[in-house]
Amino acid sequence: MTSPIPLRLALVVAGGAIGTAARLGLGLALPAPQGSGLAAVPWATFLANVLGAFLIGVLAARLPSSSGVRVFLGTGVLGGFTTYSAFAVGSMTLWQAQPWLAAAYAVASVVLGIGAAALGLGLARPRTSHTQAHG
Amino acid sequence: MSPLVFLFAALAGGLGAGLRYLVDLGVARLVGTRYPWGVLVINLTGSFVLGVVTGGFPDAAFIVGAGLLGGYTTFSTAMLDTIALWRDGSARAAAFNAVGMLVLGIVAAIAGLALGIALRG
Repeated sequence: MTSPIPLRLALVVAGGAIGTAARLGLGLALPAPQGSGLAAVPWATFLANVLGAFLIGVLAARLPSSSGVRVFLGTGVLGGFTTYSAFAVGSMTLWQAQPWLAAAYAVASVVLGIGAAALGLGLARPRTSHTQAHG
Repeated sequence: MSPLVFLFAALAGGLGAGLRYLVDLGVARLVGTRYPWGVLVINLTGSFVLGVVTGGFPDAAFIVGAGLLGGYTTFSTAMLDTIALWRDGSARAAAFNAVGMLVLGIVAAIAGLALGIALRG
């Protein structure tokens, strides 16, 4: 299942473009952060990150990290779908106007992200095996 | 937005993901894999550069910011790594991966924003 680095790199680039397109599409579908209150929260980034964390948990439960499919879907598609830079800059931007909301957004993203990944790992774990997946 | 701009941003995200893969491999070769330093380096540098883009080059925000840097950095792997560190018994490393990365990422974004604003003049 282990493939050479150039092939894996190509899988990551292709998957990353697909995941990025999905994230950008979500950003266009949802209203951009504006004004004050909950409307100022970057919801598209939040949703992409929590959903992506859940899906990478599912993947990690089912596929070894060395598999080409895992590299394409996990490192590529979900790596491109989720984003840390927009999360950090979005938290900072929100902080300037509404620090408490920014703190809630940042903490909730990480807490729900970890919870979603754990949920994905738990739900997708093969019942016949006790193998633990690491990513 | 034109479909072509959207396509370029998505392709830039693919390049960013490829760069992430290579940086992660390189960092792992330099410092080993006991702690996922590669993802930390990637997410901090990506947050810093997105701060620069946001502060100094807003015209590049979609293709370079949302596309390239969005694809370069990753949230999902960081969450999965946090769980793996916790399960391995490294509670402090897991806590750092969750909270430390968050605090340092926001600090990197603030520093990048300041540099971007200074560069724009």
